[in-house]
Amino acid sequence: MTDRLGIVTEASLERGVEVRLDGPVSVEDMVVGRYVTIKGQKRRFFGMITDVSLGVTDQRLTITPPDTTDPFIREVLTGTSTFGTIHVTPMLTIGGDAESVLEGPQPVKTIPGHFAAVNLATEEDIERVFGKEDPQRFHIGNPLDMETKLCLNLEEFVKRSNGIFGKSGTGKTFLTRILLIGMLQKSQAVNLIFDMHNEYGWEGSSEGSTRKVKGLKQWGQSKVAIFTLDKENSATRKVPTDFTVQIGYDEITPEDISVLRSTLNLTELAVEAAYQLRRRFGKGWLRETLSMGEGDTSKEEVDEILKEANIHESSFQSLRRGLNIIERLGFVVPQAPEDAVKHILNQLDRGVSVVMEFGRYREISAYLLVANMLSRRIYAQYQERSEKARANDTALPQPLVITIEEAHKFLSTEVAGKTIFGTIAREMRKYNVSLLVIDQRPSGIDEEVMSQMGTKITCLLDNEKDIDSVLAGVSGKSELKSVLARLAPKQQALIFGHAVPMPVAFQPREYGSAQSYKDFGQAGSQTTTAQAEKDIEELWE
Amino acid sequence: MRYINYQSSDKIAEVIEAGTTQFTAQCYDLYGLPPLGSLVRTGDIYGIVFNATTTSLEPGRKPLARGKDEATEEAVYESSPQLTKLLRSEFGAVVVGYKDGDIVRHYLPPQPAKIHAFVYLCQPDEVKEFGRSFDFLDILTGATLPVPAEELISATLRQMSRVQEDPHAFLVAAGKELAALLSNQYDRLKSILGRLT
Repeated sequence: MTDRLGIVTEASLERGVEVRLDGPVSVEDMVVGRYVTIKGQKRRFFGMITDVSLGVTDQRLTITPPDTTDPFIREVLTGTSTFGTIHVTPMLTIGGDAESVLEGPQPVKTIPGHFAAVNLATEEDIERVFGKEDPQRFHIGNPLDMETKLCLNLEEFVKRSNGIFGKSGTGKTFLTRILLIGMLQKSQAVNLIFDMHNEYGWEGSSEGSTRKVKGLKQWGQSKVAIFTLDKENSATRKVPTDFTVQIGYDEITPEDISVLRSTLNLTELAVEAAYQLRRRFGKGWLRETLSMGEGDTSKEEVDEILKEANIHESSFQSLRRGLNIIERLGFVVPQAPEDAVKHILNQLDRGVSVVMEFGRYREISAYLLVANMLSRRIYAQYQERSEKARANDTALPQPLVITIEEAHKFLSTEVAGKTIFGTIAREMRKYNVSLLVIDQRPSGIDEEVMSQMGTKITCLLDNEKDIDSVLAGVSGKSELKSVLARLAPKQQALIFGHAVPMPVAFQPREYGSAQSYKDFGQAGSQTTTAQAEKDIEELWE
Repeated sequence: MRYINYQSSDKIAEVIEAGTTQFTAQCYDLYGLPPLGSLVRTGDIYGIVFNATTTSLEPGRKPLARGKDEATEEAVYESSPQLTKLLRSEFGAVVVGYKDGDIVRHYLPPQPAKIHAFVYLCQPDEVKEFGRSFDFLDILTGATLPVPAEELISATLRQMSRVQEDPHAFLVAAGKELAALLSNQYDRLKSILGRLT
């Protein structure tokens, strides 16, 4: 079978290329999201099929259709009077001369001429565009309907903040796990993962089955540390943890409270009250606030303090209610035995990625509080170190990627300005810290933050607002939209942005079977290969 | 009543009227007409038979009915043998190409046929050779003829398909060519395709 599809009949840089399919090519074989190459006279173009349609040369055919029971008539008309067309969005070009071949694919700035031949992209074409698996490039899956390995340059990937989006149940967690393992194996960056659902550390669940899949720790004992907020829960799940995080009252600041405003149902004034109380009591404000009106302090004294600080009684009560919720979180203690931030930094400095498990604390308030608080302090450290390194002309700290779930809670327009994540997303990697955000409601994320994301990977989204927000600012948006809306509900994703030369719809590589572990092992170090082999043996026992 | 042996390459007629786009030939035998749509050759020029007539030798004189007392139609001719000389069969052919050395051209020749030039019915090999290209269809679709072009085209293709190894594939290919030629005349295309099978 030839891979030739047809010829270019119309093209515009703005609107894309219309391709009329050759007679023998069935329109039903054309799938949105597939790659094609267009052979122009001087250069080759790479593009993606973004629409498929039927055409007729004479409108009367549609009004009085021919006798379709006659196979002869049908055979004659197919590909001549009635034909299929595909709409291709050109993305890249490669010039014909030696110099431009060396330069590699360039963004498309022109269009192919009339009647240029259009072919399905071959494996070599894909390889030329996305590169082969190598020490920087990590195999993340296969382009739709192709066997070729799609490789992502992780060095480039971690240079900016990135996002993984998709409705719940579309495979975000699965995809994230693959990427995190890839980063562990192939990039210089260390990871700090706030693992809300205990999916990444030791083992995770596989969607739709009871099968457990390996977490990060099982890929590199020495390269991953699991920190937990809930030691008992981790022990029940037989997760070997490295450290139990507890947070002291004095580590919580009014900024952390302001992030939690909507979650804790606080009023603006209540948040303001927190700042006032902090000003009055200093570091121990939380403890003082919680003890006000209880024990030693009398009602009069409380009133006195509130009056001085210019806080209304109702705001104070609102704040108190919120703080009580925090107080009840098991990991919040009056005095933390050890400084969690210091421990995390120690690990990160040694090049060890940290997975923070939340155990039973799955409420969003716990997640927001811990992720925001820890990240803020870690980021401050990185900022200081980077600035010092720049001043002294020494090496910058090792790149850090912070992975957060439910990102719209941290990065909504309302709080993006207040949370540390908003800052990290906006400042890009000035201080060698970037984000990997995972979210199901990208429309909830602040536009400015979204626009700063380097690479976006998105599984199926069906809310119009979410799709718009993910694709905002991407060229060929409307075409990508049709690709995105037609992804399979599971295990298909669209990747575009900084780390890939052109958008591509792909099927993430398999993860969870013995063979897949072996493949991952081969890409990683020798030790992991041995581990995978052991797993396979175990499987047969 | 057929006088023609299709297998022979004997001459069947003689040109009596010639133009760049058409020629008329008179058959040597009464009713020795080639079928509608068949490929004929005179000199280097190829034509497609489109309009066959049998008339009285003298234009003004109409034949008389003679068969009242005869048992069969053949008996009419047997009892009046002069009839074969008083009637004549003629056909018109639309010029669709010519032989330029060894190459068959599917467009009009530089010179028309000559009067009294012999006309031959093309043999299967020649028809096959000519039918390699469908460019001649363009001439047929555009020609102004006393017979409907759709009838002529379908008859021509049916004739030609008979000598092909794969008649179906030939007709499909021809049909596709027509679909391109008549891309905005679906009605005509439909009537031709309907007559091909």
